[in-house]
Amino acid sequence: MSFQQAGEHTPAPFCRRLLQVTANEKVGAYRLLWALDRDAPAPLPGQFAMIAAAQGWGAGVDERPFLPRAFSIARRREDGQCAFLIEDVGPGTARLCALSPGEGLWVLGPLGRGFTPAPAGRRTILVGGGIGIAPLMILQDAILGAGAAVGSGTAAGVGVRFGADATPGESASCVALLGFRGREHAHGASLLHEPQVATDDGSVGHRGLVTDLLERHLGDESPAVVRACGPPAMLESVRAICERRDIAAELALEAGMACGYGACYGCAVPRRGGGYLRVCVDGPVVDAAELERVS
Amino acid sequence: MIDFCGIELAHPVINGSGTFDAIAARRVFGEQLVERFPFSAFVSKTITLSPRPGNPAPRLWEAPAGLINSIGLPNKGLSGYLAEDLPQLAQLPVPLITNVMGSTAQEFCELVAACERRPEIAAIELNVSCPNVKTGLDIGSDPRQLEAVTQAVRGQTGKPLIIKLTPNTADVAACAAAAERGGADAVSLINTLRAMALAPGSDRPWLGGRTGGLSGPAIRAVALAQVAAVRGAVALPIIGMGGVQSPAHARDLLRAGADLVAVGTESFRDPAAAARIAAEIY
Ligand SMILES: Cc1cc2nc3c(=O)[nH]c(=O)nc-3n(C[C@H](O)[C@H](O)[C@H](O)COP(=O)(O)OP(=O)(O)OC[C@H]3O[C@@H](n4cnc5c(N)ncnc54)[C@H](O)[C@@H]3O)c2cc1C
Ligand SMILES: Cc1cc2nc3c(=O)[nH]c(=O)nc-3n(C[C@H](O)[C@H](O)[C@H](O)COP(=O)(O)O)c2cc1C
Ligand code: FES
Repeated sequence: MSFQQAGEHTPAPFCRRLLQVTANEKVGAYRLLWALDRDAPAPLPGQFAMIAAAQGWGAGVDERPFLPRAFSIARRREDGQCAFLIEDVGPGTARLCALSPGEGLWVLGPLGRGFTPAPAGRRTILVGGGIGIAPLMILQDAILGAGAAVGSGTAAGVGVRFGADATPGESASCVALLGFRGREHAHGASLLHEPQVATDDGSVGHRGLVTDLLERHLGDESPAVVRACGPPAMLESVRAICERRDIAAELALEAGMACGYGACYGCAVPRRGGGYLRVCVDGPVVDAAELERVS
Repeated sequence: MIDFCGIELAHPVINGSGTFDAIAARRVFGEQLVERFPFSAFVSKTITLSPRPGNPAPRLWEAPAGLINSIGLPNKGLSGYLAEDLPQLAQLPVPLITNVMGSTAQEFCELVAACERRPEIAAIELNVSCPNVKTGLDIGSDPRQLEAVTQAVRGQTGKPLIIKLTPNTADVAACAAAAERGGADAVSLINTLRAMALAPGSDRPWLGGRTGGLSGPAIRAVALAQVAAVRGAVALPIIGMGGVQSPAHARDLLRAGADLVAVGTESFRDPAAAARIAAEIY
């Protein structure tokens, strides 16, 4: 099956680990939660973790949360510090957003399949919507760490790279196109290098959709691949645009999850040609060609 | 070592059917999974004669201290399981129990006869939480039907035969007694309790399969009551399950009359949960 070869993955330790929160930074509407994770192998960009607070997990509305929650590993430093970018949308994320340095965090991961590097000589266009910028942060870190040009800056000392036999071409370049609801969320753009921003209300950058920016970038001639994460409607629009122009795209999907490691079959998403894929083990990053549509 | 229907087990903790995919887990965790395999026997998810894709999404709803699932028994079908999965499962360091479900006694017999021919399979578990095509009632909720199916299947195999009782019945002890009369070697319980959730703010069911099954700590007290009731009715070995999260919960089921304990939903929170429970069970 093509999924099982598509993205790469790093095996996870066979046990959840109790980590300590080291920082909780407010970034506009989001929280960047840092924890020290020395014992785990470095994740590949696009991999995720199942996380839960060690205390106060289960005391929210309706006695939730009960299960751990899935989060992209958004950043990873050489010293083992890793970061999750979190938006408060319910009891689980609310609890995680409220964690203070020193508190405990259960983490299982890295899980799932990540992004693959662009073939030599191709630009990578990152397309992120809202909280979907999280896996693009670590992906951009990996691309920049591998020496790609983004206008001026390059990132140094990042603890993440693609698999050993998968180094992107030296002349590769990378551009990040990010869409947000409005000003408060658009603060998230500060987490990527030299992003181009669109907002629904025009308060920051282009007024309109991030896919407007994508169409513009695909207009020029240099060959590109697209790597996207965001709400389903955005991903579907990215998928359709790339299909129309015959551009290779990888999409990082979301689905409700109970386990994150293939045990429950709860995270099913319809695959092109019938049947379902499990987002946690066949994804979360999938080749757009494997989907009929994103819904 | 524990003797369960003539099978030697290193400890009394196994997995609940459909709550651990050892093949997927081996890809995720690598060889550590095999080296530190948490269960003393491995139970497959339910296998049906024909392949099934499973239910449309969403398949999960988080309930107070529990989970409602409507997964819909996705599986490769009998021949796909025997050809592709069983050889991989046979590499695990523990005995294999294959869980099967048919919609008629005839289908159950076909499934069990095929399992009987495979030496990799140590025991067979029947999932009888399936609606009878004619009456719509779960085969396992009606003692007469259950006895008839068990008896028919008994003739197909010399391997230990476990009946996984449904908790969605008026009298689980009567069902256990029917399984015993039909020739079962053991019973397992409880399967998930029928449950439903509405999409927030609407009158539509949330789950793609409309209703689902409730599992996890929310059903632990029900499991204890049903295991105790079944212990009072039959002499067969019992595999008890439902909401087990700690060694103390497992001990409760053993004290209520179970011989083995299965861990299901708790493995979702920690894949090594069963190892932690087994290490401190006595
Ligand atoms: C691979 C992956 C990576 C992700 N990465 C990130 C990330 O980097 N950052 C981030 O912020 N988020 C990320 N998410 C999303 C994140 O996992 C969810 O936002 C989180 O699980 C929500 O939990 P909650 O308790 O806060 O909200 P919930 O109350 O669980 O609400 C979330 C949604 O679930 C549904 N829902 C409501 N009640 C229930 C219920 N009882 N049972 C089931 N569903 C319900 C509703 O549609 C609701 O909008 C990721 C998800 C996946 C699958
Ligand atoms: C996601 C999920 C899938 C399940 N699939 C099956 C199945 O295929 N066959 C079966 O007999 N039981 C199935 N079960 C029931 C479990 O084996 C077990 O009986 C039940 O979950 C109670 O145990 P627990 O509370 O520890 O999870 C499933 C349960 C869950 C949560
Ligand atoms: S979340 Fe359990 S199988 Fe994907």
